[in-house]
This record gives sequence, structure tokens and C-alpha cells, in this order.
Amino acid sequence: MAHRLMRTLMLLLCVLWSAAALAAIEVREFDSSLQKQRYDSLNGSLRCPKCENQAIGDSESPIAGDMRERVYQLLQDGRSDIEIQNYMTERFGDFVLYNPRLTGRTWLLWGLPAALVLLGIVVIALIVRARRRASNHALSAAERERLDALVNRERTQ
Amino acid sequence: MKRRLLLLIPLVLFVVLAVFLYRGLALDPSARDSTLLGQPFPIFRLSTLEDADRQVDESLIKGEMTLVNVWGEWCPTCKQEMPQLLALEERGIRLVGIDYKDTREKGQEFLEEFGNPFEVNVFDPEGTLGFDLGVYGAPETFLVDADGIVRYHHTGYITPEDVEQRIVPEVEKWRTD
Repeated sequence: MAHRLMRTLMLLLCVLWSAAALAAIEVREFDSSLQKQRYDSLNGSLRCPKCENQAIGDSESPIAGDMRERVYQLLQDGRSDIEIQNYMTERFGDFVLYNPRLTGRTWLLWGLPAALVLLGIVVIALIVRARRRASNHALSAAERERLDALVNRERTQ
Repeated sequence: MKRRLLLLIPLVLFVVLAVFLYRGLALDPSARDSTLLGQPFPIFRLSTLEDADRQVDESLIKGEMTLVNVWGEWCPTCKQEMPQLLALEERGIRLVGIDYKDTREKGQEFLEEFGNPFEVNVFDPEGTLGFDLGVYGAPETFLVDADGIVRYHHTGYITPEDVEQRIVPEVEKWRTD
């Protein structure tokens, strides 16, 4: 019990400590709350090139810190969100965008889900059509005769 | 017969997916092509590590094929990489270093201890040139041709095998003089 409590306390300490450390490093002043919002959303939409799958806003890697600083400076310079994203992709490639743009290299990424949905619709349509055709299939005269014979035989038995 | 063949579709899909994912296992996600390939070396204006009063700019990289290596005293892999860089220098390749996010004293100590294959070192304490190069760690190496165009990018450690198998062939490929 004491052991578990200790572990929880340690974990809590670690979490608080890292939050405090991050907060201590970066104190930024924004012209408006809108600018702060744009800063946060850009930090969330840009991927840290060093850490495989973390937004620069979540990462403590040095390059993520540099990128946040640059985002802040560019915002202060009055650049638009698109300009800032372009600024980053010019240097670090499409990798840094969590929402990659539709280009010659990424059409498969964007197009494949839509293509699969279309394929699914076509397959379902074909199956439905085949079923419908099978159930609508009218019996020929010979078949009807045979069916009647079978039914009557069962009745008489 | 046709119906039977349709039953094979899941198997085919599985095989395609398996091959695709298996290939993915062998890919290194950190090895991405630099966006600078085919582009001019970024403009900069910084002092040299050797002499704080000497300012250099992108013209330093032009005129001769140059291997630009981004390093720092704080980077352990850079120390391992130095013998390979010295070997490349001995082959007559021009090397320029970028001392990235370092202090002048530590950078100079590093060169004294591990050797200096660089004609000159650009001192980039804030990492501004590194940022424009899209560098997110060290070491990174760029091959720049005589016209100042980036031709090859090597992310991370240059192994002794890489010298012969990657760097030298690229140098031969892009050499114009």
C-alpha cells in the first residue's frame, strides 16, 4: 500500500515537475487572444521533425523549441498561418504537417480512402443486384410442373 | 470456377498488405530527403569558429564542390564521425563545418581533440543557419556543388562503409571540375 502511494506520489511529482519546467522556459506575450489561439493551433498542427509523432507544442526536443520560437516570431511579423506552414515545409518538408497537402506525392494518401469507399459501394450494388435477380427469377413451365408434382406427392403421402 | 477465384481476393489483399508493411519495417523514418536537394544553399551571415571577427556568407560554399558537415561538441556521434571526415579530406574533398548550437571554446576544444578536416568552420550558436538547412539534429551532411546547389543530403552518422559506398560516389557524380 505504502509502495503504491509512493509510486503515485513520484509520478505526480514527475508530471508537475515537467509541466513547471516547460512553463518556466517559455513565457510569451501575445498582442491578442486571437494570436495566442493561432499560436497554439499552429503548434498543434506542426509535427516535430525529430520525434516521429509529436506536435511541436508537445515536444521538449530542442528543434521543437526552435520551431515554436520561429512560429512566435513569424506571428509577430504578421504572417498568415499558411505562410508560416509554408515556411516550415520549405525547411523540414511535408513531414512537419499533420495534415499533408494534396500534391503529386500525397494523392494516394488522400485518394485511397475515397476510392475504397467507392469500391465498397460498387461491390454492395453488384451483390444486391445479383440477389434481386435471383429472387425475381420466374420459374419456367417445366419447372412449375415439377414443383407442383413434388408438392402434390408430399400432400398425398 | 469464377466464384472460386473470387474467394482468393482476401488472400491477394493480405499478401499485398503484408509485402507493403514488411517493406515499411526496413525503412528508417528519420531518413527523409532534404527539401534543399536541387536548391541553392541558404543565405547566411555568420562569423567563423576560428575567428570571431571574420564574417562569412553563402559565397563561402560556392566555387568548389564542398561537403558541409553540421556538428557540435555536445554531439557524441559527431566524435565517432570525425575519422571518416578526415579520410574524406585526405581524398581531396573540400569540407566546411558548421558548429551548431555550441560555444566557441567547446567547439575549438573539440577540433583540437578529434582533428580538424574542415577548411573553415561557420559558428552557428543559435542554430539559425541550421534551421534554414532543415537540420534537426547532428551530424548532418550536405554535398554542395560548385554552383552552390545542394546535391546530396546525409542524415546522421556517416559510417566507415558510407564513405566508399555513398559519399565518394556522390562526390564523383556531381563533380564538374
